[in-house]
Amino acid sequence: MDDKLTDSLRSLRQPAPGGVLPAVLIKTGIADGYVTRSSPLGLLYVAFSEHGISFVDIAGTAESFEQRFRDHFGRRACAAGSMPTELASSLARAIDTGRTGSLPLDLRGLSAFHVSVLHKAAEIPSGETRPYTWVAHEVGNPKAARAVGRALAANPVPLLVPCHRVVRADGRLGRYSLGEDANKRRLLEAEGLDTNTQAQLAGRGVRLLGSDTTHIYCYPTCSYARRITDVHRVEFKNARQAETSGYRPCKNCRPKGGRSPELSVQDSESRVSGRYRAF
Amino acid sequence: MDRKGAHHTDSVELAAALAANIDTAFLDLVHATQDDIFSGALRLTGNWADAEDVTQETYTKAYHALGQYTADRTKALHLREWLWTIAANLCRNRIRSRRRHPEAPLPATLQAKGPGPEQQAVAADELSLLAGHLLKLPWQMRLAVVLRHVVGLTYAEIAEALDRPLGTVKADVHRGLAHLRNNLEETQWTTN
Repeated sequence: MDDKLTDSLRSLRQPAPGGVLPAVLIKTGIADGYVTRSSPLGLLYVAFSEHGISFVDIAGTAESFEQRFRDHFGRRACAAGSMPTELASSLARAIDTGRTGSLPLDLRGLSAFHVSVLHKAAEIPSGETRPYTWVAHEVGNPKAARAVGRALAANPVPLLVPCHRVVRADGRLGRYSLGEDANKRRLLEAEGLDTNTQAQLAGRGVRLLGSDTTHIYCYPTCSYARRITDVHRVEFKNARQAETSGYRPCKNCRPKGGRSPELSVQDSESRVSGRYRAF
Repeated sequence: MDRKGAHHTDSVELAAALAANIDTAFLDLVHATQDDIFSGALRLTGNWADAEDVTQETYTKAYHALGQYTADRTKALHLREWLWTIAANLCRNRIRSRRRHPEAPLPATLQAKGPGPEQQAVAADELSLLAGHLLKLPWQMRLAVVLRHVVGLTYAEIAEALDRPLGTVKADVHRGLAHLRNNLEETQWTTN
C-alpha cells in the first residue's frame, strides 16, 4: 500500500511547460525572446527584452535569425511562445497602422544621435517619404545627412521604425538594410505609395509640390500635397524656387532648404503652444 | 530520483559553473531543475498557472540573488535545497493570496500516459483524486510529502531547504502519508 501510494505520488510529476525557460531567460536578461509575424517581406522575426522590441529581421530560418542576433548583440535570443500581453498588442497595433506610436523599443547601446534619428524616422506617416536631409535638419544637424543614412542603415528595428520611408533628396529610394534594396519599394507600395508616379516626378527634377490656392508647398508624398487637384498643382525644383514664387512651407511635412532658421523656431513654438494648424 | 550521489555531484559542479559564469550556467540550472520545481509547485498550489508563475519567479529571484553573491558563496550553495527555500515560500504566498482573492482554481490537468484510453482515464482519475487529497493536507505536511515523494528530495535536503529539524520533517512525511492513505480509503469506501 505504501509503495503504491508513493508510486502514485511520483507519477504526479509534470514536466515544466515549454514557456518557462524562455520566460526566465527573458526576465533575467540572459537572452531576448523572439516571436514571428507576417509582413509584406515575408516572415518577420521580432526580438524583445524587458525594455521593449530590440531587433527585427527577416530570416530564412530561426537558426539564422538566432545567429544574426547573437552576432549583433553578443547575447542569445530564444523562441518565446508568446510576448507579454501589452507588448504584443502594441506590436500588433504598430504593424497594422504602420505607426511606431507608443511601442516600447529597446535601443540601449545606441548613441543619442542614433536614437534621435530613429525617433524622427518614426514620425513619418505610412505611405509617405522624407529625404535624408530632412531627418538631418529635424534632428538639429543639417549637415549630417550621411550620418543619418548610416544610422538608418544600422536601424536594429526596421519596419517598426520605418527607415524605409527615408529616401534620397533626388527622389530615388536609395539603399535599404532589411534584405535587398528592392524591399524598400515593396514596403512603400504595400503602404499605398505610387512609387512610379514619384519616380516620374523625381525624373523631371520635381522635388516639391505647391497649391496655387493656398500658396503652400510640400514634399510630394505629404498627405496634404496629395489633396491638391491637378489644376491647382504647381511643381518646384527646390524650396528656394517655391519661396521666390511666394509660397511658404507646409507645417505638416516641413520641407527643408528655403527658409531662414527663425521660421523653424516659430514653427516649433506654435506646435508646442497647441495653436498648430497643419496646413 | 533517489540517485542522491549523482544529484550531489551535479549540484557541486553546477554551483562551481555558476560561480564562474552565471549567464551560461544558469541555463543549465534551469534545465536541470525546472521539472522538479514545476511539479512541486503544481502539487503544492494545485493550480497550473500559479505553478508556472512560481517556477519563473523562483529562477528570477535566484538569478538576482546570485548576482549579489561572491563566487565562494555561490560555490558553497546546495542548489536544490536553496531553490526550494525560495520556491516553497513563493508557493505559500500564492496560496495565501488566493485565499484572500479567491478565483476558480484551474484543474491541474494530468497528461495520462501508458496504454488504452480507458485505463488512462481510470489512472488519471485516481491521480487527480490523490492530487486533491494532497491539497487538503495541512501546509507543513503537504510540503514535506510533496518534496519527499513528488519532487524526490531526501529528508536531509528537505530539512535544509525548509530550515526545520530532520526528525520533524520525517514525522511530517509519515503523518502526511498516513492521512492520504486514510482519505483515499474513505473515498474508495464511499464510491464503491
